[in-house]
Amino acid sequence: MLNLWELRDRFRKISVWQVFLVVMALPTLLALLGVLSALLDPDVETLSHLAQYVLPQTIKNTIFLVIGVAVVTTALGVSLAWLTAVCDFPLRRFFVWALILPMAIPGYVMAFALVGLFEYTGPVQSALRDVLGSSSAFPEIYSFGGVVLALSLALYPYTYLMVRNAFQTQGLRSLEVGQSLGLSIRESFWRICLPTARPWIVGGALLVMMETLSDFGTVAIFNYDTLTSAIYKSWFGLYSLPAALQVASVLLIFVVVITLLERHSRASQRFSQTRSATLMVSRIRLKVVSRWSATAFCLLVFSLAFVMPVIRLLYWAIPNLDVELTAQFWRYMVGSTSLSMIAMAMIAGLALLMAFAARTYNQPFAKIAVRISTMGYALPGTVLAVGLFVPVAAMDNMLSALGFSTPLLQGTMVVMLLAYSVRFMAVAFAPLESNLLRITPSIDAASRSLGVSGIRMLAKVHLPMVRGGLLTAMVLVFVDVMKELPITLMTRPFGFNTLAVRIFELTSEGLWERAALPALAIVLVGLLPAFILIRKSDAR
Amino acid sequence: MKNLTKSNHGQPMSYSGDSINQNDDHYLSVDNVSIGFDEREILSNISFQLQRGDIGCLLGPSGCGKTTLLRSIAGFESVDDGMIQLNAKALSHQGYILPAEQRNIGMVFQDYALFSHLNVIDNIAFGLHRFSKTQALTRANDLIARIGLVGKEHKMPHELSGGEQQRVALARALAPEPQLLLLDEPFSNLDVELRETLSRDVRDIIKQSNTTALMVTHDQHEAFAMADSIGVIQSGRLAQWGSAYTIYHEPVNAFVADFVGQGVFLEGQMRSASEVNTTLGCFEREIASAEQDSLVTGDKVKVLIRPDDIIHDDDSELTARVITRDFRGAEFLYTLALANGEELLVMVPSHHNHAINEQIGIRLEIDHVVVFK
Repeated sequence: MLNLWELRDRFRKISVWQVFLVVMALPTLLALLGVLSALLDPDVETLSHLAQYVLPQTIKNTIFLVIGVAVVTTALGVSLAWLTAVCDFPLRRFFVWALILPMAIPGYVMAFALVGLFEYTGPVQSALRDVLGSSSAFPEIYSFGGVVLALSLALYPYTYLMVRNAFQTQGLRSLEVGQSLGLSIRESFWRICLPTARPWIVGGALLVMMETLSDFGTVAIFNYDTLTSAIYKSWFGLYSLPAALQVASVLLIFVVVITLLERHSRASQRFSQTRSATLMVSRIRLKVVSRWSATAFCLLVFSLAFVMPVIRLLYWAIPNLDVELTAQFWRYMVGSTSLSMIAMAMIAGLALLMAFAARTYNQPFAKIAVRISTMGYALPGTVLAVGLFVPVAAMDNMLSALGFSTPLLQGTMVVMLLAYSVRFMAVAFAPLESNLLRITPSIDAASRSLGVSGIRMLAKVHLPMVRGGLLTAMVLVFVDVMKELPITLMTRPFGFNTLAVRIFELTSEGLWERAALPALAIVLVGLLPAFILIRKSDAR
Repeated sequence: MKNLTKSNHGQPMSYSGDSINQNDDHYLSVDNVSIGFDEREILSNISFQLQRGDIGCLLGPSGCGKTTLLRSIAGFESVDDGMIQLNAKALSHQGYILPAEQRNIGMVFQDYALFSHLNVIDNIAFGLHRFSKTQALTRANDLIARIGLVGKEHKMPHELSGGEQQRVALARALAPEPQLLLLDEPFSNLDVELRETLSRDVRDIIKQSNTTALMVTHDQHEAFAMADSIGVIQSGRLAQWGSAYTIYHEPVNAFVADFVGQGVFLEGQMRSASEVNTTLGCFEREIASAEQDSLVTGDKVKVLIRPDDIIHDDDSELTARVITRDFRGAEFLYTLALANGEELLVMVPSHHNHAINEQIGIRLEIDHVVVFK
């Protein structure tokens, strides 16, 4: 028989912080359960339709895209990282940080800017025709290659940053080791530097693959059907939530595989962690031709990924400025900014409380709760939107059974904010956690022995010490929400618009010159985290 | 119970009149305390008492459990068995732990744990939240004067030297007039020269504020310099509790004798219950502890010989051969070998410069004959 007294004692020992940790893990779990609920109750008719007409093509497209983008970003990231970290060539110092800037351009902006540049009527092909009389040899931008190019140019900075860090901490040093053992620089690169940097190269590639799986806006502009666009089309085209959930559960399998691989690669990064190189070692002096080819290569990537898209946007935006700078534009601007601020305050605040709670209850239970709550960064926005819709609709049904007028939750900001918090909790949590880890446990003990504990300790001791991390967390969440497309598109309250949604609507009608102004606004905001990363990345 | 602690917290304790009572002899009482982690026992059956106003010290090699004991008194670890009481009030026993923040026990941490975002005066005033602002400031300034940091009130912790940081940590712990002050290896991060002067300063400051204190160290010199009573901890058990003199001269077992001070053991055999034969002659022992009382005639024993039990005397007929010599400035520490191969340590003024393998004369002057089975 159950001992009630014992049970009561156990409940007494559960603190508010423990309850909080469980609550934080709930939204992610609910979203996952929402997606998986489709598998429990398979709708055979939709399933066979999907299996016959939708899934084969979209799965094939998704796999090709993920592999294509991973290959191109790895090639770009590794070569640029090697050049800027280890070699010496003109303008190297400039490219070290400039090559990070394309991060500010979201994939869907990169996409329509590149289309605008390279399509038949665009400036590049027109110039070719003026000079050569024909541009028929120019590759079609509306193609698989086009999507891969757009996503790769937007995503290569991830690989570049990670691999550059690896080369910087051990690249030059291992070159010297190689030379002392009689290897040429070329041999050292292939036999020492590349293998030791492999965990970071693989990590960067997996991160890029995760982002590619989540991408919705870029593939939509190219009309390239992947699993994410299939989820959107099933819900908003076929109006079939079960179909959307079925597709989402297929996408989830891909996500799980990539996430597990990424976790594994992170473990091996820890294993081969090296001390940061404090010694300045002289860089490789390239021969004249290779020196200038290095500069040319970096310049090519930088202009393709940043300068040309931005100029293209400016050329569209400036002539229409007086037409476009309307009250409507400012409404979108205010909508986007205020939404991002609310999400920023909420997510950064929750992440701080969670990091503090996990620190206070340093138990396996807390670790699991945190791991679940921060898992959402791997979940594509489309999956989250449909996954969270299921429990929210269920809750609305429950409330209506209790006599409330429905729907209470569906189509409100609540759903959108919930989805954001699942998606971006990890973004806010990581800098806060790393700052908190730097505070030794004896600081907590000192505060407690002086009679200050709990939330007062957080406010008086920890908060002032993690201000830097909190600021980073807030900026990252703000910008991510500003750029966010699929969640906003699929869960926003009726009539609520953001800059990102506006861009999506305009580009899907081909009105690129009108989408340029909101796009520029987003790029401008996106420069903030790029600068944070530049400052952090020790741009030597 | 909660209210009582809160009213005590941060308030000056009343030391007057009838509050000085029978509790003073065992002001801090650790009674049969056992602590384990993951079924591994860290501490078992620890018992000792500390008088009000005394400074106690837990001495032992690293990993012996002394820091765990200190943390359990502070309230950061719970006890599996036994009871910790302070001023006749239970702090911890099985299934109960008064949270650290309600104990009014100050602590000086090994790494000082100063709040890096607060300057000196704000660090010291941190625990004075139950005082008014002006009272807190007065008290903090008072402590700054006492630790000799006047003029550095507004410096940040990283701008201070190690010794200054240490004193700020001490002042911060003393500020709320704690019922008990705990110090965890307080001098381990400092230079050797600084340790001696600072340990004297720290002892003076603690004594002046009339605070009862308990510190943890692995360094016997710190323990001797600071403590009124010392507990030697040997892998989770309290081997001996007593004054520095007792611990050094009357160690209860071979571990204490070996860990505290220098010395060697000579083989011996009991001639009677109180006499022991060795190669150096027959000694009579006067001390009696439980372990030693069980000795009977004929028992094989070990006899502790400290360097200060042997005196170098060129005229003595008893000689021994020098095997190693360790120059210590004012004196030499010689290791000597007797004819049968047994070794002795002897401290000799350094103008007696003897070469290795030289035979030198020695004389015995043993006040405390310590014998172990």
